[in-house]
Amino acid sequence: MTVVIMVALTLVLIGAALVVFTRSTARQAVLLAVYGLLLVFVFLAMQAPDVALSQLAVGTAVVPLMVMLTIRKISALHRDRKDRR
Amino acid sequence: MTPRVRLVMLLVGLAGVVVMLATALPELPGFGGHTHPYRDRAMTAAYHQSTANAVASVNFDQRAFDTFGEETILIASVMGVAALVRRLPEEQRRERRQRGHVLESTRWAATVFLPLTVLLGADVVTHGAITPGGGFQGGAIAATGIHLLYLGGRYRLLERLRPLALFEVTEAAGLAGFLAVAVTGLAVAGSVLANFLPRGQLTQLLSAGTVPALNFAVGVAVASSIILLIAGFLEQALAITGHRSDSQADDEAAS
Repeated sequence: MTVVIMVALTLVLIGAALVVFTRSTARQAVLLAVYGLLLVFVFLAMQAPDVALSQLAVGTAVVPLMVMLTIRKISALHRDRKDRR
Repeated sequence: MTPRVRLVMLLVGLAGVVVMLATALPELPGFGGHTHPYRDRAMTAAYHQSTANAVASVNFDQRAFDTFGEETILIASVMGVAALVRRLPEEQRRERRQRGHVLESTRWAATVFLPLTVLLGADVVTHGAITPGGGFQGGAIAATGIHLLYLGGRYRLLERLRPLALFEVTEAAGLAGFLAVAVTGLAVAGSVLANFLPRGQLTQLLSAGTVPALNFAVGVAVASSIILLIAGFLEQALAITGHRSDSQADDEAAS
Protein backbone atom coordinates (compact mmCIF):
# COMPACT_ATOMS: atom_id res chain seq x y z
CA MET A 1 0.00 0.00 0.00
CA THR A 2 2.81 2.40 0.83
CA VAL A 3 4.23 1.81 -2.65
CA VAL A 4 0.89 2.74 -4.24
CA ILE A 5 0.70 5.94 -2.16
CA MET A 6 4.29 6.83 -3.09
CA VAL A 7 3.60 6.32 -6.80
CA ALA A 8 0.38 8.36 -6.61
CA LEU A 9 2.10 11.20 -4.75
CA THR A 10 4.98 11.24 -7.25
CA LEU A 11 2.47 11.50 -10.10
CA VAL A 12 0.74 14.39 -8.32
CA LEU A 13 4.10 16.12 -7.93
CA ILE A 14 4.82 15.75 -11.66
CA GLY A 15 1.29 16.89 -12.52
CA ALA A 16 1.56 19.97 -10.32
CA ALA A 17 4.90 20.89 -11.90
CA LEU A 18 3.38 20.53 -15.37
CA VAL A 19 0.47 22.82 -14.44
CA VAL A 20 2.78 25.46 -12.97
CA PHE A 21 5.34 25.46 -15.80
CA THR A 22 2.88 25.49 -18.70
CA ARG A 23 2.73 28.88 -20.40
CA SER A 24 -0.48 28.64 -22.40
CA THR A 25 -3.51 29.24 -20.17
CA ALA A 26 -5.85 27.03 -22.23
CA ARG A 27 -3.46 24.12 -21.97
CA GLN A 28 -3.10 24.86 -18.26
CA ALA A 29 -6.84 24.42 -17.75
CA VAL A 30 -6.74 20.96 -19.35
CA LEU A 31 -3.67 20.00 -17.32
CA LEU A 32 -5.46 21.22 -14.19
CA ALA A 33 -8.18 18.64 -14.88
CA VAL A 34 -5.52 15.94 -15.30
CA TYR A 35 -3.90 17.05 -12.05
CA GLY A 36 -7.28 16.83 -10.34
CA LEU A 37 -7.64 13.26 -11.58
CA LEU A 38 -4.18 12.36 -10.22
CA LEU A 39 -5.27 13.72 -6.82
CA VAL A 40 -8.27 11.37 -6.97
CA PHE A 41 -5.84 8.43 -7.10
CA VAL A 42 -3.99 9.73 -4.04
CA PHE A 43 -7.24 9.91 -2.06
CA LEU A 44 -8.20 6.41 -3.23
CA ALA A 45 -4.79 5.04 -2.23
CA MET A 46 -5.28 6.61 1.20
CA GLN A 47 -8.66 4.86 1.46
CA ALA A 48 -10.77 8.01 1.41
CA PRO A 49 -13.46 7.27 -1.21
CA ASP A 50 -15.73 10.12 -0.08
CA VAL A 51 -13.00 12.68 -0.58
CA ALA A 52 -12.04 11.06 -3.89
CA LEU A 53 -15.62 11.45 -5.16
CA SER A 54 -15.72 15.13 -4.21
CA GLN A 55 -12.37 15.73 -5.84
CA LEU A 56 -13.47 13.91 -8.99
CA ALA A 57 -16.58 16.05 -9.43
CA VAL A 58 -15.14 19.41 -8.42
CA GLY A 59 -11.46 19.12 -9.31
CA THR A 60 -11.75 17.48 -12.72
CA ALA A 61 -14.98 19.01 -14.00
CA VAL A 62 -16.24 22.18 -12.31
CA VAL A 63 -12.99 24.06 -11.68
CA PRO A 64 -11.35 23.42 -15.10
CA LEU A 65 -14.63 24.35 -16.82
CA MET A 66 -14.79 27.65 -14.94
CA VAL A 67 -11.16 28.37 -15.80
CA MET A 68 -11.73 27.58 -19.49
CA LEU A 69 -14.84 29.75 -19.74
CA THR A 70 -13.00 32.60 -18.02
CA ILE A 71 -10.10 32.33 -20.47
CA ARG A 72 -12.54 32.35 -23.37
CA LYS A 73 -14.31 35.43 -22.03
CA ILE A 74 -11.06 37.34 -21.47
CA SER A 75 -9.72 36.57 -24.95
CA ALA A 76 -13.05 37.72 -26.43
CA LEU A 77 -12.75 41.00 -24.53
CA HIS A 78 -9.22 41.47 -25.86
CA ARG A 79 -10.46 40.86 -29.41
CA ASP A 80 -13.26 43.42 -28.99
CA ARG A 81 -10.81 46.00 -27.74
CA LYS A 82 -8.43 45.42 -30.62
CA ASP A 83 -11.26 45.71 -33.14
CA ARG A 84 -12.31 49.10 -31.86
CA ARG A 85 -8.85 50.64 -31.95
CA MET B 1 -0.49 51.18 3.38
CA THR B 2 2.72 51.07 1.39
CA PRO B 3 3.99 47.87 -0.23
CA ARG B 4 6.87 47.85 2.24
CA VAL B 5 4.52 47.80 5.24
CA ARG B 6 2.49 45.05 3.60
CA LEU B 7 5.63 43.00 3.02
CA VAL B 8 6.70 43.41 6.66
CA MET B 9 3.24 42.31 7.80
CA LEU B 10 3.41 39.30 5.52
CA LEU B 11 6.84 38.31 6.84
CA VAL B 12 5.69 38.66 10.47
CA GLY B 13 2.67 36.48 9.78
CA LEU B 14 4.72 33.92 7.87
CA ALA B 15 7.30 33.76 10.66
CA GLY B 16 4.54 33.07 13.17
CA VAL B 17 3.06 30.29 11.02
CA VAL B 18 6.48 28.73 10.42
CA VAL B 19 7.31 28.73 14.16
CA MET B 20 3.99 27.15 15.05
CA LEU B 21 4.27 24.52 12.32
CA ALA B 22 7.86 23.70 13.32
CA THR B 23 6.83 23.15 16.94
CA ALA B 24 3.68 21.20 16.04
CA LEU B 25 4.95 18.86 13.31
CA PRO B 26 7.39 16.79 15.45
CA GLU B 27 4.48 16.01 17.80
CA LEU B 28 2.45 14.41 15.01
CA PRO B 29 2.19 10.63 14.87
CA GLY B 30 4.06 9.06 11.95
CA PHE B 31 2.48 8.56 8.52
CA GLY B 32 0.27 5.46 8.42
CA GLY B 33 0.65 3.67 11.75
CA HIS B 34 -1.88 1.71 13.74
CA THR B 35 -3.07 4.04 16.50
CA HIS B 36 -5.90 6.28 15.43
CA PRO B 37 -7.73 7.58 18.51
CA TYR B 38 -10.07 9.76 16.43
CA ARG B 39 -10.95 6.92 14.07
CA ASP B 40 -11.73 4.57 16.97
CA ARG B 41 -14.12 7.05 18.56
CA ALA B 42 -15.74 8.08 15.28
CA MET B 43 -16.27 4.48 14.14
CA THR B 44 -17.80 3.50 17.48
CA ALA B 45 -20.15 6.49 17.40
CA ALA B 46 -21.11 5.77 13.78
CA TYR B 47 -21.88 2.16 14.67
CA HIS B 48 -24.05 3.24 17.60
CA GLN B 49 -26.00 5.56 15.32
CA SER B 50 -26.46 2.70 12.76
CA THR B 51 -24.63 4.68 10.09
CA ALA B 52 -22.65 2.36 7.82
CA ASN B 53 -20.67 5.17 6.22
CA ALA B 54 -18.58 6.54 9.08
CA VAL B 55 -17.65 9.63 7.07
CA ALA B 56 -21.33 10.49 6.61
CA SER B 57 -21.85 9.95 10.33
CA VAL B 58 -19.03 12.36 11.17
CA ASN B 59 -20.24 14.97 8.67
CA PHE B 60 -23.99 14.88 9.24
CA ASP B 61 -24.34 13.59 12.78
CA GLN B 62 -21.25 13.90 14.98
CA ARG B 63 -20.31 17.37 13.73
CA ALA B 64 -23.32 18.32 11.63
CA PHE B 65 -23.14 21.92 12.81
CA ASP B 66 -19.75 22.35 11.09
CA THR B 67 -21.23 20.92 7.91
CA PHE B 68 -24.02 23.47 8.11
CA GLY B 69 -21.36 26.17 8.30
CA GLU B 70 -19.62 24.72 5.23
CA GLU B 71 -22.87 24.67 3.25
CA THR B 72 -23.46 28.31 4.13
CA ILE B 73 -19.94 29.17 2.94
CA LEU B 74 -20.62 27.41 -0.38
CA ILE B 75 -23.93 29.22 -0.92
CA ALA B 76 -22.38 32.55 0.06
CA SER B 77 -19.48 32.13 -2.37
CA VAL B 78 -21.85 31.15 -5.18
CA MET B 79 -23.86 34.31 -4.49
CA GLY B 80 -20.66 36.35 -4.58
CA VAL B 81 -19.62 34.88 -7.94
CA ALA B 82 -23.14 35.36 -9.32
CA ALA B 83 -22.93 39.03 -8.36
CA LEU B 84 -19.53 39.35 -10.04
CA VAL B 85 -20.51 37.72 -13.36
CA ARG B 86 -23.96 39.31 -13.65
CA ARG B 87 -24.75 41.30 -16.77
CA LEU B 88 -23.90 44.97 -16.39
CA PRO B 89 -26.26 47.60 -17.88
CA GLU B 90 -23.76 48.45 -20.64
CA GLU B 91 -23.18 44.82 -21.59
CA GLN B 92 -25.37 43.47 -24.32
CA ARG B 93 -26.78 40.00 -24.44
CA ARG B 94 -26.56 38.50 -27.87
CA GLU B 95 -28.11 35.28 -29.01
CA ARG B 96 -25.05 33.68 -30.41
CA ARG B 97 -25.07 30.60 -32.54
CA GLN B 98 -22.62 28.12 -31.16
CA ARG B 99 -19.51 28.25 -33.23
CA GLY B 100 -17.11 25.41 -33.62
CA HIS B 101 -17.79 21.92 -34.80
CA VAL B 102 -18.92 19.15 -32.45
CA LEU B 103 -17.94 15.64 -33.42
CA GLU B 104 -20.88 13.30 -33.95
CA SER B 105 -19.35 10.85 -31.47
CA THR B 106 -19.10 13.55 -28.80
CA ARG B 107 -22.72 14.46 -29.41
CA TRP B 108 -23.81 10.83 -28.98
CA ALA B 109 -21.65 10.25 -25.93
CA ALA B 110 -23.11 13.34 -24.28
CA THR B 111 -26.66 12.19 -25.07
CA VAL B 112 -26.05 8.70 -23.69
CA PHE B 113 -24.22 9.79 -20.55
CA LEU B 114 -26.53 12.65 -19.60
CA PRO B 115 -29.31 10.53 -18.04
CA LEU B 116 -26.75 8.08 -16.62
CA THR B 117 -24.80 10.83 -14.88
CA VAL B 118 -27.87 12.51 -13.40
CA LEU B 119 -29.10 9.11 -12.19
CA LEU B 120 -25.70 8.33 -10.68
CA GLY B 121 -25.77 11.69 -8.89
CA ALA B 122 -29.20 10.91 -7.43
CA ASP B 123 -27.95 7.46 -6.40
CA VAL B 124 -24.88 8.86 -4.67
CA VAL B 125 -27.08 11.34 -2.75
CA THR B 126 -29.62 8.72 -1.63
CA HIS B 127 -27.03 6.17 -0.50
CA GLY B 128 -24.85 8.74 1.22
CA ALA B 129 -25.39 7.22 4.65
CA ILE B 130 -24.39 3.68 3.68
CA THR B 131 -21.86 3.94 0.85
CA PRO B 132 -19.16 6.50 0.00
CA GLY B 133 -20.56 9.74 -1.26
CA GLY B 134 -23.42 11.87 -0.09
CA GLY B 135 -25.16 15.15 -0.71
CA PHE B 136 -22.15 17.15 -1.77
CA GLN B 137 -20.66 14.54 -4.11
CA GLY B 138 -23.98 13.47 -5.63
CA GLY B 139 -25.11 17.05 -6.12
CA ALA B 140 -21.86 17.91 -7.89
CA ILE B 141 -22.12 14.83 -10.13
CA ALA B 142 -25.71 15.60 -11.14
CA ALA B 143 -24.94 19.28 -11.76
CA THR B 144 -21.94 18.53 -13.96
CA GLY B 145 -23.95 15.84 -15.79
CA ILE B 146 -26.49 18.41 -16.99
CA HIS B 147 -23.64 20.32 -18.62
CA LEU B 148 -22.87 17.40 -20.91
CA LEU B 149 -25.50 19.12 -23.09
CA TYR B 150 -23.09 22.00 -23.55
CA LEU B 151 -20.26 19.62 -24.45
CA GLY B 152 -22.57 17.97 -26.97
CA GLY B 153 -23.06 21.35 -28.62
CA ARG B 154 -26.60 21.95 -27.45
CA TYR B 155 -26.28 25.18 -25.49
CA ARG B 156 -29.78 26.28 -26.53
CA LEU B 157 -31.25 23.06 -25.19
CA LEU B 158 -29.27 23.45 -21.97
CA GLU B 159 -30.72 26.93 -21.55
CA ARG B 160 -34.22 25.56 -21.97
CA LEU B 161 -33.71 22.64 -19.57
CA ARG B 162 -32.17 24.86 -16.94
CA PRO B 163 -34.81 27.11 -15.39
CA LEU B 164 -32.42 29.26 -13.41
CA ALA B 165 -35.15 30.97 -11.40
CA LEU B 166 -36.25 27.56 -10.14
CA PHE B 167 -32.70 26.61 -9.17
CA GLU B 168 -32.35 29.83 -7.20
CA VAL B 169 -35.39 28.71 -5.21
CA THR B 170 -34.18 25.11 -4.74
CA GLU B 171 -30.75 26.34 -3.62
CA ALA B 172 -32.38 28.29 -0.81
CA ALA B 173 -34.79 25.40 -0.14
CA GLY B 174 -31.91 22.98 0.36
CA LEU B 175 -30.34 25.25 2.94
CA ALA B 176 -33.73 25.82 4.57
CA GLY B 177 -34.29 22.06 4.74
CA PHE B 178 -30.99 21.62 6.57
CA LEU B 179 -32.01 24.39 8.96
CA ALA B 180 -35.44 22.80 9.47
CA VAL B 181 -33.86 19.48 10.49
CA ALA B 182 -31.54 21.39 12.83
CA VAL B 183 -34.36 23.27 14.55
CA THR B 184 -36.56 20.16 14.75
CA GLY B 185 -33.69 18.42 16.53
CA LEU B 186 -33.61 21.29 18.99
CA ALA B 187 -37.36 21.10 19.54
CA VAL B 188 -37.63 17.31 19.80
CA ALA B 189 -34.36 16.21 21.38
CA GLY B 190 -33.10 19.39 23.01
CA SER B 191 -30.02 20.11 20.89
CA VAL B 192 -29.48 21.63 17.47
CA LEU B 193 -29.05 18.95 14.75
CA ALA B 194 -29.74 16.13 17.20
CA ASN B 195 -30.34 12.85 15.37
CA PHE B 196 -33.98 12.59 16.43
CA LEU B 197 -35.30 10.13 13.83
CA PRO B 198 -35.43 6.36 14.39
CA ARG B 199 -32.07 5.01 13.29
CA GLY B 200 -33.23 1.69 11.90
CA GLN B 201 -30.85 -1.10 11.04
CA LEU B 202 -27.23 -0.68 10.00
CA THR B 203 -26.67 -0.83 6.19
CA GLN B 204 -30.38 -0.42 5.37
CA LEU B 205 -31.28 2.40 2.97
CA LEU B 206 -33.49 4.04 5.58
CA SER B 207 -31.09 3.97 8.50
CA ALA B 208 -28.95 6.51 10.32
CA GLY B 209 -31.90 8.76 11.27
CA THR B 210 -31.49 12.32 10.05
CA VAL B 211 -28.34 11.63 7.98
CA PRO B 212 -30.19 10.76 4.72
CA ALA B 213 -32.50 13.77 5.16
CA LEU B 214 -29.56 16.13 5.62
CA ASN B 215 -27.79 14.49 2.67
CA PHE B 216 -30.83 15.14 0.50
CA ALA B 217 -31.01 18.80 1.57
CA VAL B 218 -27.30 19.28 0.88
CA GLY B 219 -27.59 17.48 -2.44
CA VAL B 220 -30.36 19.80 -3.64
CA ALA B 221 -28.49 22.91 -2.46
CA VAL B 222 -25.14 21.87 -3.97
CA ALA B 223 -26.60 20.77 -7.32
CA SER B 224 -28.52 24.04 -7.64
CA SER B 225 -25.59 26.22 -6.67
CA ILE B 226 -23.14 24.52 -9.05
CA ILE B 227 -25.66 24.85 -11.90
CA LEU B 228 -26.11 28.56 -11.09
CA LEU B 229 -22.35 29.03 -10.81
CA ILE B 230 -21.56 27.45 -14.19
CA ALA B 231 -24.57 29.22 -15.72
CA GLY B 232 -23.06 32.57 -14.79
CA PHE B 233 -19.74 31.65 -16.41
CA LEU B 234 -21.38 30.17 -19.55
CA GLU B 235 -23.57 33.23 -19.94
CA GLN B 236 -20.55 35.54 -19.70
CA ALA B 237 -18.45 33.47 -22.09
CA LEU B 238 -21.05 32.66 -24.74
CA ALA B 239 -23.85 35.20 -24.71
CA ILE B 240 -22.66 38.49 -23.28
CA THR B 241 -20.64 40.84 -25.41
CA GLY B 242 -19.07 43.74 -23.63
CA HIS B 243 -19.65 47.00 -25.48
CA ARG B 244 -18.14 49.45 -23.14
CA SER B 245 -16.86 52.92 -23.75
CA ASP B 246 -13.18 53.18 -24.50
CA SER B 247 -12.52 55.32 -21.45
CA GLN B 248 -13.59 52.45 -19.22
CA ALA B 249 -11.44 49.99 -21.11
CA ASP B 250 -8.51 52.36 -20.73
CA ASP B 251 -9.23 52.73 -17.00
CA GLU B 252 -9.07 48.97 -16.71
CA ALA B 253 -5.85 48.77 -18.64
CA ALA B 254 -4.33 51.42 -16.39
CA SER B 255 -5.36 49.77 -13.13
